[in-house]
Amino acid sequence: MSLHRRIVSGLRALVRSAGTDRDVADEVEHYLAEATAAYREQGLSDDQARRAAQLDLGSRTAVRQQIRAVGWETRIESLLVDLQRAVRRLRRSPAFAAVTAGTLALGIGASTAMFSIVRPVLLQALPYPDADRLVTIADAAGPDGTPMDVTFGTFLEVIARSRSLQWAAVTRSWQPTLTGYGDAERLDGQSVSGDYFRVLGVHPVVGRDFTRADDRPGAPQVAIITDGLWRRRFSAEANVIGRTIRLDGAEATIVGIMPRAFENVWSAQAQIWRPLGYDPSLPQPQGREWGHHLQLIARVRSDSTLDTTSRELGSIARTPVASFTRPAWASLRGGFSITPLQDRVTERIKPALQSVTIGTLLLLLIAAVNIVNLMLARGAERRTELVTCAALGASRVRLLTPLVGEGLVLAFVGGTLGVALAYVIVDALITFEGFALPRLDVIQVDPMALAFAATLSTLIGIVVGCIPGLALSWRIEATGSGPRVIAGHHRLRRGFVAAEVALAMVLLIGAGLLVRSVRQLMAVPPGFRPERVLTLQVQTSGPEFRSPERVRAFFDRVREVARHVPGVTSAALTSQLPLTGDGDIYGAGTKDDSALPPGADPSAYRYAISADYLETMGIALERGRTIDEQDRSGGQPVAMISASVARRRFPGRDPIGQQLRLGPADNWFNVVGVVGNVKQSSLAASSPDAVYVPEAQWRFADRAMWVVMHTTVDPETVETAVRQAIRDVDRNQPIVQVATMEQRVAASMARQRLVMGAFDAFAIVALLLATIGIYGVLAGGVIERTREIAVRTAIGASRADIMGQIGRQAIGMAAIGMAVGGAVAAAMSRGLVALLFEISPLDGVTYIGVTVLLLIAAVVSAIVPAWRAARIAPAVALQSP
Amino acid sequence: MTDANTDVIQGTLDMLILKALSLEPMHGFGIGRRLEQMSGQVFKVNPGSLLTALTRLEREGWLESEWADTPNARRAKFYRLTRDGRKQLREETTDWARRAGAIARILDAEG
Repeated sequence: MSLHRRIVSGLRALVRSAGTDRDVADEVEHYLAEATAAYREQGLSDDQARRAAQLDLGSRTAVRQQIRAVGWETRIESLLVDLQRAVRRLRRSPAFAAVTAGTLALGIGASTAMFSIVRPVLLQALPYPDADRLVTIADAAGPDGTPMDVTFGTFLEVIARSRSLQWAAVTRSWQPTLTGYGDAERLDGQSVSGDYFRVLGVHPVVGRDFTRADDRPGAPQVAIITDGLWRRRFSAEANVIGRTIRLDGAEATIVGIMPRAFENVWSAQAQIWRPLGYDPSLPQPQGREWGHHLQLIARVRSDSTLDTTSRELGSIARTPVASFTRPAWASLRGGFSITPLQDRVTERIKPALQSVTIGTLLLLLIAAVNIVNLMLARGAERRTELVTCAALGASRVRLLTPLVGEGLVLAFVGGTLGVALAYVIVDALITFEGFALPRLDVIQVDPMALAFAATLSTLIGIVVGCIPGLALSWRIEATGSGPRVIAGHHRLRRGFVAAEVALAMVLLIGAGLLVRSVRQLMAVPPGFRPERVLTLQVQTSGPEFRSPERVRAFFDRVREVARHVPGVTSAALTSQLPLTGDGDIYGAGTKDDSALPPGADPSAYRYAISADYLETMGIALERGRTIDEQDRSGGQPVAMISASVARRRFPGRDPIGQQLRLGPADNWFNVVGVVGNVKQSSLAASSPDAVYVPEAQWRFADRAMWVVMHTTVDPETVETAVRQAIRDVDRNQPIVQVATMEQRVAASMARQRLVMGAFDAFAIVALLLATIGIYGVLAGGVIERTREIAVRTAIGASRADIMGQIGRQAIGMAAIGMAVGGAVAAAMSRGLVALLFEISPLDGVTYIGVTVLLLIAAVVSAIVPAWRAARIAPAVALQSP
Repeated sequence: MTDANTDVIQGTLDMLILKALSLEPMHGFGIGRRLEQMSGQVFKVNPGSLLTALTRLEREGWLESEWADTPNARRAKFYRLTRDGRKQLREETTDWARRAGAIARILDAEG
C-alpha cells in the first residue's frame, strides 16, 4: 500500500524538517513529564522521580534520533549534513578548493562545450532521411591532387550512365538581389538542378518542388524559399505561393516554401533556390556547361553501397563513350572522388574538433587526478580522525562519505562554473568565423549537454572521493593506524603524481607541435605584402549590368574613386584574391606543350586584374613588365605568369614574348612579365601556378571583383570612406567581405591557431598541476620524515646530500611520468597530423624541449622542500616529541 | 522492579499498540501504561521503542495523531486507530492466534 504514503510523509518531514524535529522533541518531553508524575504518585520525591523517568527513557537525543530515523528522509538529511560539513571543511582551505574547483570547471566547461559541438557535427546523422546514403562526387583531377567541382557535361554523363545513384543534382552558389518588395536585399541562395530536394529527401511544406520542366533554359523563372525568408520578408503570408518577386531585376514566381526545420547543410546560409537552367544539349565547349563550378550531390540507391557506387563511377570515368564527348579539361582522367556528405561537410573541421576534444579529456583527467592527489594529502592529515572513527565502529561507507561529500561539493561547484564556461566557449566558437563550423543553427548547450555535464561532474565527484577514501580505509583496516599508513599512502601519491606528469607531457607535446607548426606556417612567405592593404568585394547585379562594357565601366569607376580616398596610395581590381577561398582555375597551354610531362596538372589560377595590382599587393615583378593602363580591350592580349609557370612551362627559355593559352583553345596571350609565386588557397598549399591577364582583355567581364587598396594609414580607418565612395557610384551594388590582407593571413591559420591556443592553455594548466603535485608529495615527505633526515644529518650527511636526495625523488617521479607520457604522446600525436605543417608528429625538438621543461619543473618544485629538509636541525628535531 | 517485569515479546509491540488504541485514543505514555496494566504488570514497555513504533505505525497509515490537552492540562500527542489500522489489528490478531496455537501444540506435545 504505502509507498506513496511513505514518499509523501517523508517529503513532508523533509520540507518541514524543523517542525518535525520540534514535534518529536515535544513528544519525548511530554513522555518524561508523565513518567515523572507517575513515579511521584508512587511516592518518590520530585528529584528521584525525574531521575527514574530519565533512566527508563535513556538518552533523550538518542531516542529522538531513533524516532526520526523511522523515515527514509533521514538518510537524505544525513547526506545533506555530510555535504554541509564538506562545504565547511572546504571553506577552511580556500586555496585547495579554488585550485580543484577551478581546474574542474575548466575541464568540465571545455568538455561540455566540445560535447555540444561534436554531437550535432560529428556524431548525429545529418537531418535528412537515410542521410548515410548521401554522397558528394567531385572530379578527382584538381590542383594539388585535390578534388574539384564538376562540369554540367560530366553531371549529365554521370546521371545517364550510373545505375547506383537514385537521385543526383548539381548546385552552385547564387546571390540574387531581391527588389520590389520592401528594401533591396542581397540574398544567399543556390542554383540547383531539378532533383536537388529529391536528393536530400526533403520537400517544400507549402507549394511544390522543382520539376525537370523548370530546369530548362528559357523556362519561366521559379524560386523556392526557406521558412525563415518567408516569415522575415513576406510576413508569413499564406498566399505567397504564386507571387512574383524581382530577383536581380528579373521576375520569378515563388512556387514553394521549405519546412521550418529544414537545414541546408550543404550551404547553410542559402535562403532561396532557383533551377540551374543549364542547356542539356551542351551547345558549345566554351560555354558555362563545361565550367568546373558545380557541386555534385547524390543519393545512393538503397541496394547499393558506397563501395559499389565508387567502383561504378570509376569505371564510367575510365571508359568514355561516343555519346558523351569530353573536353580535355573534363576528361575525368583522375576519376571521381566520392565522399559521404557528412564527411564532406565536416572534413575541414574534423581534425581540429577531434584534437581539441582529446585535449579537453586529457585536461579533465589531469584535473581529476590532481584532486585525488590533494585529497589523499588531506586525508593523511585527517588520519587520526579516520582511525578513531574506524575504531569506534564506523562502517567503511561511513568513513567514505565525508570524502565523497567533499568530492561531490567540489564537482558541483566545478560543474556549475563549467556549464557557465561552456556557454561562453560555445558562443565564442560559433561566432568565430575562422572555425567554419557546419550546422551552426543547431549547435547549443542543450539539455543533453547539461545532462552530460551533470553526469560527468557527479561521476568525477564520486570517483575522486572514493579513491582516496578507499585507499585510506583499506590501509586503516589493514594496519590499524600509525606510520605505515603514511608509507603506503606515499607510494600511491607518487603514482598519481607520475600520472599527472604523464598527462602534462602529452598535452605539452601536442602544444609544442602545434606552436612549432604555426610558427612554420607564419614563416611561409605569402608572396604578397599583407601590411596596410584593405580589400573588399563588389558584386554587380541587375539588368543594367547585362553588357560587359557597362560592368567594366562600373568597376573602372569604383577603382577610380577608391584611389582618391584620402589615405589610399593605390587601388587595383582583381577577379580573385589570395586566401579568400576563391579558386578560379583554367587549363594553361603552350604552343607545343612539350615541357609538361604526361599526366601533370596543366591548370593555373586565373587573375583578371587592373593596372597597379602588383604594386598595391606588393607582389614581386621578377622579369619583364607589369600589366598597365595601356593593356586595353582590342589591344594585343598580354599576360604575366608566376615564376612556377615560367619554370614548368618554359624551362631553359626566356618566357617573355612566348605565347600562352588559358582556357579555350583560341585564348592566347603574349607573356610580358614573370611575377613571384603567391599562396592562393592557403599558406600550406603548394600549387602556385598562376596567370594574370588584364581584366579588359579577358573574354568576359567578371561580375564580382575585388578592390584592393594600399594605404598609408591603418587600412581599417579608411574603410568607411571607401564604402561611401563606392556607394556614391551605385548604391545598389553590395560591398561584401571587407578585410585587411593581414586579417586574411591570420584567418587562414585560424583553425591551427585555435587548436594551438586550446592546447597551450591546457598544457600550461597541466604543467602547473604537475608541479604542484610533485611539490606536494615532496613537502609532505619532508615533514613526515623529519626524524629520519635529522638522524642522517646527525651522523654526518651534508646538506648537499639531503637536498640531493629530495631532488632525486622529484626527478624520479617526473622521469616515470615522462616515460609513460612520451610513449602515449607518440602514439596519439598522429591524430594531429592534419593540423601540422612541415613538422613530424615525432618532432625531436618538441620532445626534447618538453622533457627539459618538465625536468626544470620537477627541480623547481623540489627547491623549497629540499631547502626545508636541509635546514632541519638534528638537536631540535630529535628532541621534539 | 521485579523479575516478572520483562520486555515485550519481539515483534508483538505493534500489535499490542494497535490493540490498546482500539479501545480509545491515547498518548504515548498512556499507551505504555495501559499495556503494562493489561499484561498484569508482566510487560515493561521500553519508551524509545514505543515512541519509535508509534511514528512508524503512523507512517504506515494505521494511526493518526493530534496534539490535544490531557486531563491534567499538559499538551500531548494523542494517537487514534484508523480504518486501515483496525483492519491491520484484525489480521495480526488472527495471525498471532494461529501462531500461538501452534506453539502451544508443540509445547503440549507428549514426548
